[in-house]
Amino acid sequence: MTRERFLERGFLLIALSSISILGLIAFFIFVEGVPLMWKTGLESFLLGDRWYPSKGSFGIFPMIVGSFWVTVGALIVGLPLGVACAVYLSELTHPTLAMVLRPMIQLLAAIPSVIYGFWGLIVLVPLIRESLGGPGLSILAGSLVLGIMILPTIISISEDSLRALPRTYKEGALSLGATHWQTIWRVLLPAARSGIVASIILGMGRAIGETMAMIMILGNAAQMPHSILNSARTLTTNIGIEMGYATGDHRQALFATGVVLFFIIMGLNSLALIFSRKGRA
Amino acid sequence: MEKGRDSRIRWNLLFLVLLAFSGCQRTQGGLSVVGSTSVEPFAEALAEEFMHQHPREKIFVQGGGSSAGIQAVRTGAAEVGMSSRNLMKGESDLISIPIIYDAIAVIVHRENPLGDLTLDQIRKIFSGEFTRWSEMGGKDKIITLVTREEGSGTREAFQTLIMGEKEISLGALVQDSNGAIRQVVSDDRNAIGYISLGLVNERVKAVKIEGIEPSVENIREHRYKIVRPFLFVFTSEPRGMAKEFLDYILSPAGQNLLVHEGLVSMRTEIDRPQVGKR
Repeated sequence: MTRERFLERGFLLIALSSISILGLIAFFIFVEGVPLMWKTGLESFLLGDRWYPSKGSFGIFPMIVGSFWVTVGALIVGLPLGVACAVYLSELTHPTLAMVLRPMIQLLAAIPSVIYGFWGLIVLVPLIRESLGGPGLSILAGSLVLGIMILPTIISISEDSLRALPRTYKEGALSLGATHWQTIWRVLLPAARSGIVASIILGMGRAIGETMAMIMILGNAAQMPHSILNSARTLTTNIGIEMGYATGDHRQALFATGVVLFFIIMGLNSLALIFSRKGRA
Repeated sequence: MEKGRDSRIRWNLLFLVLLAFSGCQRTQGGLSVVGSTSVEPFAEALAEEFMHQHPREKIFVQGGGSSAGIQAVRTGAAEVGMSSRNLMKGESDLISIPIIYDAIAVIVHRENPLGDLTLDQIRKIFSGEFTRWSEMGGKDKIITLVTREEGSGTREAFQTLIMGEKEISLGALVQDSNGAIRQVVSDDRNAIGYISLGLVNERVKAVKIEGIEPSVENIREHRYKIVRPFLFVFTSEPRGMAKEFLDYILSPAGQNLLVHEGLVSMRTEIDRPQVGKR
């Protein structure tokens, strides 16, 4: 066997092993979680609104709603900021300044989520409690923190897609007499649409998956939230906060929560893939 | 290629063998103590100290819950069961010995004017029937409920000792440790929660229940009732190492260790816990 073929197979093995880990995790989650969904009934598991595992009620609808609102909130905060920042970096700033700013934004992604959570708990939560009322541990606090956490994802992917546009788009628009702003707003942003959409979807994936910071600042009430000042529980925090002592059906219900999350994340990632392919075509 | 596969299989076998051994160790030689997750950390501290004094002995402490521990003792999987609830009717064939007591305190913010609640009021607050402090003569503010997560031993004890059939409101904030509950209650003027008495400190106020202050004296005199025993459960009179370990726990040294962790000893010569140590 030639050396090259040997190496080739070696790398194939490594690549397969990382995929098989994914497969193993998925297999395990499904084996543990699906029987309980079957037992409770898919409908009452997904749409039930009472979560009393010790009494045998496993309804995760409030958590699905909680994940949804926190994610939407994070997008409301992170999307305008992120896209504006990407436009600034790719179009409006001096290249040298962009070289300084870019690594700083990347640094945002490197901060451990527990630090974001701690900051939210110490700074944002008391601020919201004192100025707006309620317990402070709320969807609002969670959305603000998550909005900051998804910034690096949105900024770097949006900026890449803006910079990947052919120079001719910009030159054409400017030579037709459009102002710089009109060029950005009417030509560049629509042209980079698919990349920006992909960045939003990946940001959503990040937001839905975030656990530690959310356990610290959402308050974790397993109740349908009625306002942004209410506490909420997301799918991930449901697993994170209760896994310590969960046994039997309760433990399986947490795995079943994982199954639901698995499908949501898979869906979002496939969407992101579709959009970014469309952009390239 | 063939050779590579061979050695991989060998590594895998080695791994399996090691895994098998690590499983065996638990049952071979040594005392296994299984049960309540509330008792587990204390039993671990005790076992550590005991093994320090008797370097040849081994004690394995494992969680799983009170019922699982009782089941393990009955089937012979463990010599000692740990339970943070009293034995039920069907379990009366077993021997249970209380090793220490844990009281649960209901805590509010330092500046909350209310300092005395009835059991019925607490029940109505936590089930969500009372939503404003004014319903008990306090300020006209919405109550912030704080509770432990499902599965927690403290929550289970609060449920059985106070709530009974009523369920804790789903609107309650959920925190996953005594310390986190204390933190939320010390920050929020309108909050109410419950934690182990040993963890109450000057940053929160433990309310009187039915006029009775949660103090060591009141617990020893059986006046303060929100108390649960931590039990060791055996199938027959403990012998050998199980007895040695039990004797150590009930000795002044063992009791002192537990009291320092914030639990309450019924032995009057043991110091009162240093409230707010942690």
